[in-house]
Amino acid sequence: MSKKVIVPIGPQHPALKEPACFSLTLEGEKVLSAVVGVGYNHRGLEKSCESRSYIQSLYIIERVCGICSHSHSTCFLQCAEELAGVEITRRAAYIRVLMGELERLHSHLLWLGVAAHLIGFDTLFCYAWRDRELVLDLLADLGGNRVNYGINTPGGVRRDVTPEQIQDILSTMDILDKQLAYYVELALGDTVLAARLANVGKLSKEECIHFGAVGPTARAAEVNYDIRKVGPTAAYAEIPFNVITDTHADVFGRTVVRVLEMVESVKMVRYAVANMPDGDILVKFPRKVPAGEVVSRYEAPRGEDVHYVKANGSEHPERVRVRAPSEANWHGMAHMIEGDYLADAPLIIAAIDPCYSCTDRAFVLNNNNTGEQQVFDWKQLRQYSIDFYKKEHGFDASKIKIAEKKHF
Amino acid sequence: MAYPGKITKFAMGHLSKAPATRAFPLGELIITPHFRGKLVLKADDCIGCGLCERDCPAYAIKVENRGTKENKDFHVTLNLAHCIFCCQCMDSCRKGCLSYTPNVQLAGFNKDDLIVDLTEEWKAAQAVSAEEAPAEEAAVDEAKPEE
Repeated sequence: MSKKVIVPIGPQHPALKEPACFSLTLEGEKVLSAVVGVGYNHRGLEKSCESRSYIQSLYIIERVCGICSHSHSTCFLQCAEELAGVEITRRAAYIRVLMGELERLHSHLLWLGVAAHLIGFDTLFCYAWRDRELVLDLLADLGGNRVNYGINTPGGVRRDVTPEQIQDILSTMDILDKQLAYYVELALGDTVLAARLANVGKLSKEECIHFGAVGPTARAAEVNYDIRKVGPTAAYAEIPFNVITDTHADVFGRTVVRVLEMVESVKMVRYAVANMPDGDILVKFPRKVPAGEVVSRYEAPRGEDVHYVKANGSEHPERVRVRAPSEANWHGMAHMIEGDYLADAPLIIAAIDPCYSCTDRAFVLNNNNTGEQQVFDWKQLRQYSIDFYKKEHGFDASKIKIAEKKHF
Repeated sequence: MAYPGKITKFAMGHLSKAPATRAFPLGELIITPHFRGKLVLKADDCIGCGLCERDCPAYAIKVENRGTKENKDFHVTLNLAHCIFCCQCMDSCRKGCLSYTPNVQLAGFNKDDLIVDLTEEWKAAQAVSAEEAPAEEAAVDEAKPEE
């Protein structure tokens, strides 16, 4: 009888370059049970929005995620614009879709590179990231930054698309078309890749629905659910595209879905550019937003992104809630890892394309016996960490000086 | 799709291609002209309204009057360590005083060096261009053939 071993993975860079801790109980090479620990990267984004105006909050929200920054800012603005009763122009809606699909391309290429790197296919990693640079260059030119494009503003978009930029976009799409044909051939026909990815990290259709998985993770298990089709926003209702689904329900299926989604995105970019209506890109947005509450959804590259904004009639939102797609996909993670080999764990974790900092939120401790709630303030948290390190590791952390936050 | 020697075509093709990466500190840094880098101020037009300060999400820009109530002397200070280069201040400015440059190499060894006075920077740039302008005019005069 083999001995059970608990292997901690993380919290420093378990699979991707972000902090999370996975505690895996092994029997031999197989994972018996997994405990997913997130919460290392809480930044207080929602709270900081409450003390800022809608325009200021937009830039905070844009920095929720380093990859789907446009998705978060669009989703937040959909809430704000709905509350204010502002309708953006069609040209602005098309520019938002254009940026959204370029973002999807760069996100999926990034994921393809990461997944290829994790399975030791570094040639594909280099190819995918080289092609991603082409998309990032386009985004930098259109928005003004490689990652936080800053194209969105309440009431429309900040920058128009020039004819020269359209030419650049079309020539880049021509290059990507050729590259994507290679990736499709690879994803659908390469036996080595299929052998490595098939039956790894299984999550069936029923389990996807049970755990609330979204995006390519769910679509890889035949869940035909895409916000761009189910509840289209911006100009998605006018742009034809197919929702890609797959039957494999494993990492292989997720790869196929993402690669084929990129092909659809290229088509959508071409359509958006060819059919972009003329007109203004910005309408006036009031500084004070009328009281009310709105929930908005947007299909980010990783899945359904949900934002909730509560307004009280002032310049600041009263409450902002961000449900990032990774947060929905975390719930099935332990189930996906269990029963697989230890060597597959990083790949399974990476296969949902997790974003740890998007997910982390503040914790409220509930005492089940007394029903009391407790929230740590800064001093209590510091004392807790000092006590923890003293008890667990015999290390006195109280001598470490923490610099005071200094403005100007 | 797999057949022996398929890689040869790709490998030979890459021999004639330029590298996809750039040796950055040694090579040329190519930045698109629309890239949002360090801000510059046209202090002449600044009326010190503070709209930029009001809308800055990172509280990085500050407008202060260092003169008197009658004789105003506005100074715009930017903390580069806090600035997130969103350029919302540029959009908020009704006078169009602020603009971005593609200057992105802003790292320093001292934190204090990252707090820059945009007004003083503009004045220094004006002084330099004023010095250069007469020299250029003189050079043009010299170049003219005497009749």
